[in-house]
Amino acid sequence: MSAPDYPGLDTLALHAGAQPDPATGARATPIYQSASFCFPDSDYAASLFNIERAGHVYSRLSNPTNAVLEERIAALEGGVGAIATASGQAALHLAIVTLMGAGSHIVASAALYGGSHNLLSYTLPRFGIDTTFVDPRDPQAFANAIRDNTRLVFGETLGNPSLDVLNIPAIAEVAHQAGLPLMVDSTTTTPYLIKPFELGADIIQHSATKFLSGHGIVIGGLLVDSGQFDWDASGKFPTLSEPYKGFHNLVFTEEFGPAALIQRARKEGLRDFGACMSPTSAFHILQGIETLSVRMSRHVENTRTITAFLLEQDEVTRVGYPELDGHPDQALAAELLPKGCGAVFSFDLEGGREAGIAFVDALSVFSHLANIGDAKSLVIHPASTTHHRMDAEALAAGGIGEGTIRLSIGLEDPKDLIADLKQGLRAAQKAGGGSR
Amino acid sequence: MQLDVNGHAVYCYTNSRAIDPSKPSVLFIHGAGMDHTVWTLASRHFARHGNNVVSVDLPGHGRSGGPPLASVEAMAEWVISVIDALLIDQVALVGHSLGSLIALECAASQPDRVRAIALVGTTSPMPVSDAILDAAEADDHAAFDMLTQWGFSKRHQFGGNRNSGIWMIGNTLRLYERSRPGVLFHDMRACNAYTAGLAQAARVRCPTLLILGAEDRLTPVRSTRALQEAIPSPQIKVLPGAGHTIMVEAPNAMLDALHSVL
Repeated sequence: MSAPDYPGLDTLALHAGAQPDPATGARATPIYQSASFCFPDSDYAASLFNIERAGHVYSRLSNPTNAVLEERIAALEGGVGAIATASGQAALHLAIVTLMGAGSHIVASAALYGGSHNLLSYTLPRFGIDTTFVDPRDPQAFANAIRDNTRLVFGETLGNPSLDVLNIPAIAEVAHQAGLPLMVDSTTTTPYLIKPFELGADIIQHSATKFLSGHGIVIGGLLVDSGQFDWDASGKFPTLSEPYKGFHNLVFTEEFGPAALIQRARKEGLRDFGACMSPTSAFHILQGIETLSVRMSRHVENTRTITAFLLEQDEVTRVGYPELDGHPDQALAAELLPKGCGAVFSFDLEGGREAGIAFVDALSVFSHLANIGDAKSLVIHPASTTHHRMDAEALAAGGIGEGTIRLSIGLEDPKDLIADLKQGLRAAQKAGGGSR
Repeated sequence: MQLDVNGHAVYCYTNSRAIDPSKPSVLFIHGAGMDHTVWTLASRHFARHGNNVVSVDLPGHGRSGGPPLASVEAMAEWVISVIDALLIDQVALVGHSLGSLIALECAASQPDRVRAIALVGTTSPMPVSDAILDAAEADDHAAFDMLTQWGFSKRHQFGGNRNSGIWMIGNTLRLYERSRPGVLFHDMRACNAYTAGLAQAARVRCPTLLILGAEDRLTPVRSTRALQEAIPSPQIKVLPGAGHTIMVEAPNAMLDALHSVL
């Protein structure tokens, strides 16, 4: 006799966390658009406030629609629990403020989404939390940057903008040897492409706005706890292993064991900072997750088609995708991301800033905007938008050229995307004096 | 709370309260490979309702030291040693699965010390399949997988936890993974070897409640008939939709049921 198989990723993407609505039998998860929930009697109310019963009090703390989304992502990632937040940034913030306070330190990959970099580099130091940024390709650099007051190691599964593949097993080992958890932002990979907990990561953050949703109609974030990190053994996390005066001296590791982190994040961070997700947003994200595998597979397939096309174009001097020859992480990508390296990548146009601007302006199927992970293909020219304050030298330091273009490949017919890109390349060639 | 029992460190969750001899006491006993955290909601509830609560980690489990005990009878003797150490005269015992057998054995062998028992996800005898025993003996992760998957009702394979944000399959699996090598095998073997359950059940004189999961696949309701008949006048609560992991699958219904004997 052998154990039955656990449900697979596609099945969990459709069913995890959801049951037919007990009140109506509705098959789809209803939107419980209610700020608060009635108590049948006073003792029941007291028991909810005192964590004696399962149930909902107020939608900043928990909500039935959000709960389905939270369970679903926890199931897909193989964790113990999750919290839906107002945005990916809110999820990152929630993790940090749950784990540490003023006087703490983070070691982070230097290849981060700009919003995350801003939070770590400029905002959190005002609250006494400093970050050292290191080369994401150098696990020893992470080790060297760890201090006595370090409380978190952080990176993106695929770094921004060069798609550095985070060596999760190696960096997790570095973190764990120092008694620290590794958190990864898996926004661009999703559980379809990589399962960070199986590789050693302890916490996952998502911007659910992107590939998890796919439709580009909501802002949302998710924080997922693996339940694998031993907070007591580390001894560096008093928020989890010592009495919390804000909840009658509750010790989270004592009462919730593997779920200590995610429970503290809800009972304190979500309660006090309040960056909760709207139930309507949770509903929309659930609709997206239902088709995650189908979409991600097509995203990757289309991306491979487009990168192959771009490689053949004279106006293109570089295509940065980890599956391609010449990318420094090609071998690591094959090991950690065998199903593909996502659908966001950058390439360089000859002709500099003018060529880049002309390219973007000439596109009509690609949407020019500041987002990724939509079912629709997206484009942006970093030097004139997200990184417009930087001069050429600063751009180069960030791995961005004046002619760099970032694409997020959608689900359109590849022939139409290629036709659109050809329009852009012609415009770039005219504007930048390219070779054709 | 940390105690010393038989020369080994023992951990008991008490809701951060000292034992008050003027209050009734409820002692919770977890199942195989688990620890006290499976009782957190219930412990908090009965602490607020005027009870001393003592949620133990069995020897070798969770925060308790010492080697795991080899038999249900030895575990029952150990439970009595714990209440002795806490200077508690009489307790109500709430046990899940293996813990339910320990509670049953305590009630039969120490009737003066036990005022009520609630047996959650129980049956007797409680045979364990060779597949689980073999995997547990080999410290094979398959033992955790089998117990986790069969421990939940079919509908709960997909979650649907009313305790927000917790993926109960994942949390249960992590608890098994945290157990020390060999501990699960000791527990499973003790369940399998405990053949005195029905005879001991006939000796029980205190109020007895059986809380059963209607969709339990490890200790199915139909397997409990002999136990129901052996215990004098038991109360039976069958919780719809719940499998074997009743504390997690039906926490509110379980609390409501427990009030009938606690």
